[in-house]
Amino acid sequence: MVFEGLADKLQQTFKKLRGRGKLTEADVNEAMREVRMALLEADVNFKVVKEFIAKIKERAIGQEVMGSLTPVQHVIKIVNDELTELMGGTQSRIAIASRPPTIVMMVGLQGAGKTTTVAKLANLLVKKQSKRPLLVAADIYRPAAIKQLQVLGEQLDVPVYAAEPGTKPVDIAKQALEYALAHTRDMVLIDTAGRLHINEELMQELKDIKREVKPHEILLVVDAMTGQDAVTVAESFNNELGVDGVILTKLDGDARGGAALSVRAVTGRPIKFAGMGEKLDALETFHPDRMASRILGMGDVLSLIEKA
Amino acid sequence: EKTRKGLTEKIEQLIVGYADIDDEFLDDLEAILLTADVGVKTTAQLLSDVRAGIKNKQIQSPEELKPFLQEKISTILISGETAEPEVQPPMVIMVVGVNGVGKTTTIGKLGNYYREQGKTVMLAAGDTFRAAAIEQLEIWGDRIGAEVVKHTEGSDPAAVVFDAVQSAKARKVDVLIIDTAGRLHTKSNLMEELKKIYRIINRELPGAPHSTLLVLDATTGQNAVNQAKLFGEAAAVSGLVLTKLDGTAKGGVVIAIKSELNVPVRWIGIGEGVQDLRPFDPAEFSQALFAD
Ligand SMILES: Nc1nc2c(ncn2[C@@H]2O[C@H](COP(=O)(O)OP(=O)(O)OP(=O)(O)O)[C@@H](O)[C@H]2O)c(=O)[nH]1
Ligand SMILES: Nc1nc2c(ncn2[C@@H]2O[C@H](COP(=O)(O)OP(=O)(O)OP(=O)(O)O)[C@@H](O)[C@H]2O)c(=O)[nH]1
Ligand SMILES: [Mg+2]
Ligand SMILES: [Mg+2]
Repeated sequence: MVFEGLADKLQQTFKKLRGRGKLTEADVNEAMREVRMALLEADVNFKVVKEFIAKIKERAIGQEVMGSLTPVQHVIKIVNDELTELMGGTQSRIAIASRPPTIVMMVGLQGAGKTTTVAKLANLLVKKQSKRPLLVAADIYRPAAIKQLQVLGEQLDVPVYAAEPGTKPVDIAKQALEYALAHTRDMVLIDTAGRLHINEELMQELKDIKREVKPHEILLVVDAMTGQDAVTVAESFNNELGVDGVILTKLDGDARGGAALSVRAVTGRPIKFAGMGEKLDALETFHPDRMASRILGMGDVLSLIEKA
Repeated sequence: EKTRKGLTEKIEQLIVGYADIDDEFLDDLEAILLTADVGVKTTAQLLSDVRAGIKNKQIQSPEELKPFLQEKISTILISGETAEPEVQPPMVIMVVGVNGVGKTTTIGKLGNYYREQGKTVMLAAGDTFRAAAIEQLEIWGDRIGAEVVKHTEGSDPAAVVFDAVQSAKARKVDVLIIDTAGRLHTKSNLMEELKKIYRIINRELPGAPHSTLLVLDATTGQNAVNQAKLFGEAAAVSGLVLTKLDGTAKGGVVIAIKSELNVPVRWIGIGEGVQDLRPFDPAEFSQALFAD
């Protein structure tokens, strides 16, 4: 990867102070310049980086370097610990409603991976929790979106609710709920059309669905390759709708995934799952610690530090 | 807390003339560029251009700063640009990119562009993998009046493309646009598949594909540089399409791509409708980078 340089750069920065006991302000400032660059290159939002760096500085300056670590390792450890903490704990589950069905609504920008993720989640719920999900085709806009969900449902042998052409998404959702009750499906997973966070009409449509069917979970699907705008998008969806969790897709590539940190920082909501491929079994538990080292781009250094 | 709005005000203050070009102002410029996804390296380069401009008096007052920078960015984006090749029909365009960026939609819009020029258009359903990808392309074909060459889901994309090229030649269509499955540039088996598709097109029609368009989602951050690099190696990318510019993302990463890899942006996508495709305009794009 292109970014494995951070550890090296820090190492050079700290060469001169090897063996010194405390981290001085000047040392930390120097190191933070490199950390800032690494975070920005990983697409962590500019403002999030700023706040994060300020926090790290405060924590690092004047600290005694831990026994077996070099100063550089010590700074990296602090950065990594804070990053992991910011990313939140592991919460890869869907809160099950006390009275079925549990209703989950998938929302997000165009092409983020909602439809695929609906199917992946159904697969997980069937295999791991013996659930009986119903998939709901509430995207009436994208060409062949309904067909796409139907094909995926067939692959999983999970039913898909699709309404008469011309039915509004909010009515589709309501009808699907009745269908689920009548056919004892205990999970209702609603696929919605991709939309821009600034499209008022389509955001209103989501609010209408929320009001009518009261989903237990609204999950925001975010592409791991998203850049600086992740913050604006997540903030809008969260303010307009209230988001309960995030699913990060396309983590099977080489994107550093700084969006994870940005989205987490602005919504405060947990990242629940990670999409790791196009196949329907490629949905995994989200690991905050792994994500932190991925963003920093230095897994090897971290495993060294963990051993120390 | 400095917001974008604060910044515009600040620029206005500068224009009225009661502020100097100081480090703080350069910091603000840096913020604009970084939040537009221009990237650390390219931003540093642009800022050093600005500093040089101040030093050699190309920039004499604060109000000259923004135009100077916009000019620099436009120049990067324009340089070396060549027009679309004039070819004997069929002209073959292959469309590639990572998952969900807008390839199929762009093909619909692009096909419409050629249809409006009175040309006959054929589409090839080279995405045989994703659920209902073929149906999606067929709907676009219906919309714009273009024939779609397809096989069944799960079949070999190379075979579809072979048929499409033969058929385009036999039917003497003007433009053949080839859809491909979304694939991450890091998946070597899928990139090999793309190379194979490319080879077959080229074997069946020497000189083709006449253009290979890499579709990039404007919301994408620095990863787009790797995408451009690796797709370029697999399929000789000749131009970029930057989609979803109707959102709030600025797509600044194309500046880095142009300056590092010299791949020009050809088109921008500004919506999901059949008309929502525009030729890329470097000057307009650089101005939009600084808009709220
Ligand atoms: N590599 C990879 N591809 C993914 C992943 N999740 C989804 N995709 C692909 O991303 C593309 C878009 O996925 P969709 O599920 O159609 O996205 P969507 O959000 O429903 O799109 P719209 O309905 O058009 O807004 C498809 O090609 C998927 O196969 C993932 O985790 N990894
Ligand atoms: N707002 C907006 N949405 C767009 C634009 N271009 C494409 N989309 C939407 O983005 C989503 C994905 O578009 P597709 O054309 O299916 O993308 P793709 O690259 O073919 O996807 P895969 O084949 O799954 O890799 C769809 O919901 C499109 O309607 C654009 O310029 N603006
Ligand atoms: Mg969808
Ligand atoms: Mg497609």
